[in-house]
Amino acid sequence: MELLRYILRRTFLSAFVLVGVTFLVFVVAQVVPSDPAALYAGPRPTAEQIEKARQELNLDAPLPARFATFAGAMASADFGISYKSRRLIAEDLRAYLPATLELAIFSTGLALLIGIPLGVIAAARQGGWADRFCSFGSIAAVAMPTFFLAMILQLIFAQWLGILPLSGRLSREIAISAPLPMVTGFNLIDALIAGRLNAFGDALTHLILPALTLASYPAGVAMRLTRSAMIEILERRHIVAARALGLSEPRILFGHALPNAMGPALTVIGLSFAYALTGAVLVEIIFAWPGLGRYVSEAILAKDFPVIAAVTMVVTICYVVMNLLIDITQALVDPRVALS
Amino acid sequence: MPLLDIRNLSVSIPTTEGDVHAVRAVSLEIERGEIHGVIGESGCGKTMTGMAALGLAPKGARIVADRFHFDGEDLREHAVRLRGRRIGMIAQDPAAALNPVLSIATQMDDVIRAHRDLPHRARRAEAIDLLASTGLSDPERVLRGYPHQLSGGMQQRVVIAQALATGADFLIADEPTTALDVSVGAQVLALLRKLVTERGLTVLMITHDMDVIAEACDRATVLYAGRSVETGPVDAVLQSPGHPYTRALLAALPDAAPLGARLAAIEGSIPPPRSAIAGCAFATRCPQALHECAVTPPPERSRAVHRWLCHLPEDAA
Amino acid sequence: MKKLLQRLGWPGTVALAIVLLFVLVALFAPWIAPYPLQGAGGPNVVAKLSPPSADYWLGTDHLGRDILSRIAYGTRVSLTNGILIVAFSLLIGLPIGLAAGYFGGWVDEALMRGTDVFLAFPALLLAVLMAAALGPGFLNSVIAVAVTWWPWYARLARAEVLVLRGQPYVEAAQLSGVSHWRIILRHILPATGRPLTVQAALDVGPALLTAAALSFLGLGVLPPTADWGQMVDAGRKFFPARWWYSAMPGLTIFVIALAFSVLGDALRERKGGTARASA
Repeated sequence: MELLRYILRRTFLSAFVLVGVTFLVFVVAQVVPSDPAALYAGPRPTAEQIEKARQELNLDAPLPARFATFAGAMASADFGISYKSRRLIAEDLRAYLPATLELAIFSTGLALLIGIPLGVIAAARQGGWADRFCSFGSIAAVAMPTFFLAMILQLIFAQWLGILPLSGRLSREIAISAPLPMVTGFNLIDALIAGRLNAFGDALTHLILPALTLASYPAGVAMRLTRSAMIEILERRHIVAARALGLSEPRILFGHALPNAMGPALTVIGLSFAYALTGAVLVEIIFAWPGLGRYVSEAILAKDFPVIAAVTMVVTICYVVMNLLIDITQALVDPRVALS
Repeated sequence: MPLLDIRNLSVSIPTTEGDVHAVRAVSLEIERGEIHGVIGESGCGKTMTGMAALGLAPKGARIVADRFHFDGEDLREHAVRLRGRRIGMIAQDPAAALNPVLSIATQMDDVIRAHRDLPHRARRAEAIDLLASTGLSDPERVLRGYPHQLSGGMQQRVVIAQALATGADFLIADEPTTALDVSVGAQVLALLRKLVTERGLTVLMITHDMDVIAEACDRATVLYAGRSVETGPVDAVLQSPGHPYTRALLAALPDAAPLGARLAAIEGSIPPPRSAIAGCAFATRCPQALHECAVTPPPERSRAVHRWLCHLPEDAA
Repeated sequence: MKKLLQRLGWPGTVALAIVLLFVLVALFAPWIAPYPLQGAGGPNVVAKLSPPSADYWLGTDHLGRDILSRIAYGTRVSLTNGILIVAFSLLIGLPIGLAAGYFGGWVDEALMRGTDVFLAFPALLLAVLMAAALGPGFLNSVIAVAVTWWPWYARLARAEVLVLRGQPYVEAAQLSGVSHWRIILRHILPATGRPLTVQAALDVGPALLTAAALSFLGLGVLPPTADWGQMVDAGRKFFPARWWYSAMPGLTIFVIALAFSVLGDALRERKGGTARASA
């Protein structure tokens, strides 16, 4: 009962936050720019063109009416037309969103895979050599500017070692000569559906560097959170009891202590996912990754506000929904969460 | 030769404010097949003695002893290897000793797997057998559950089953009944007694409760401020205690005093764990203390196998 | 002083020294930079893209300007950027957090739900949206980041106030009819201010990191003013052949961000350590 009430309350709050987000995006994208009509009308517009644009954009309507139109359009996934390309934004999103999500999910997985075991090891060797090394590594990972790390990784793995591709999402041979049929938009999955292992491998090698770049910060955070949670857990009685029962140290660390650290791990998933969505703006430019980040950065240069607004909305919705799911999972795993 | 042979054990933990003397001079001789009670107030070193025997003393602790042997092997070197193979532990609070997020099946299986190379089926059958031997009526259902779904008594039985699963023949039970209701506690003690006879186990029973000593133990050792001050068969210790501290402990029992009379509380408090003690540790609280009690270590007095350390002549007891 | 250094341990002390060094460089850039004119933006086409050498310790950029001098001048932009972001955020977040925590009830609910909306955005994205709407420029980028930053201070301040509100001296003041305004100013603000200021000072690092990301995207200061993030971006065209152009400013950002986070870590760790020892 408590649980249900908690879930309902959390869902309601998320819905409220989304309305607020819509409002904020509306204000920033529609009200702050000095003259949206001039932007819409294109370069060096005549007075008539601007006037026509004002009408098309409905700029003369009162603000509440304009917000209502905007919110309605967002709710029905009608993001309008790009000022610059005159294409339907929703159509562009359909291609770019999966690319960004694929990167975000993959890098989140990578961050957990790197950060959590290192956190466990650091906690097990608290104060020791491995702990110091991991702890410093996590601070460095958190302080590293994303765009700088991206370039270093490119330099090492693509330029010097030549073992991973420099940029892009697929090799030219595959992307142009034998494109993957788009089913889900996730290349890894589409390649498997098509049963083309070489394309799968190709997509995977292209994913590694950008995903590693995005994983660095959340892996650092994951390591720290796991470490402090594990240090506390390792002092609990049942761990002492497990030792006294002669269980092996790895079994105690990963089988008995780590499952108690589910809470921090879930927090890290949310954080990591959010970071990947945001960091995508920087990383996708550097790795020429055809996703939302690159899409929005091009829109920034062109002052293409409908695109910027649409991307902000979509990404924020993903983020809010993700956080909602995590909170609910956390409450399901540990009912105490719902009570606080 | 005793199974557990401890002579003059001391455990001190260095801290920035000086060494904490958790155990100062404990001697214990535990024979095969007996339940040996170790009794004392909190802070007397009884738990730390058990932990040291399990090789679970805190990191950096200094363990010194004239003899610290289990079945002829030096525990200072072999405790970690013996723990979980020959020496098992039954913790005070079974709810805390079981992992809250793992099923009983996983926790039983982990222990069995750590000690024997059996196929999955056989391990499960073994787990059911072990749970049944601790008196759990529906072991299969218990296996499917999680710790919080079991009562305290059931949890303690699971903990005991885990200890048995290691194949240990010596169990260190640290206040195994403190967290339980009185009647459930009595059942657990009866179970331990039964296991000792049926399986030939030896148990070191750590407790602060004279009732537990009377109910379940064959012999007892009394600890005060990190020192063993009296040891002997339970009947002798309870009926003709030699050490004034033991007498004070017995006098503090509710049923020792006539109905309506005030319980005899022990005045004063134990010496701080960081200080050095020259004479008898109990001298400051002892109603019969002599001048030399605070100055020189007390001599050993004995009546057959019943021994204690005290300056007072034997007939004063 | 000695006490502080002891508290920091050696990594914290080194980090503090690095931060102070950057502050000095920012203050005295024109005297420290080997080529102050180039640092300020003057071209020097004869030495275009020269690698690090005795003349140009960190090499030169595509206009031949000494990268070391550019970095020195860029320190001014980056540090003021970081400090202003944090200051603006405090200016917005602190009053909101104080009001929410002090008054509680519907005021708290309204203010904190509003704050939640800002927290719902992935931070950099909101900053990008803001910066794009406001247009590039130094102050605009500061505002853009501050908009995503203040909610944390609002939350922090609120949490601190919630603790203070229950203190006997605050309750006594309330009962004796002292005005809310005075109580907040006299009792609550000074006590909340200190932990928040420490946090804010440490946040200068992450703040300038975010600002650098914005200017990397072309939403920061406008050339010819030197700026680290923008230098990394400009050098990308020549990367990796002329690696120093991007690498040197990138490394600089990393070093200062690292110094701030090691410093923060040292402070937190010691705090935790003493708490545990006294417990």
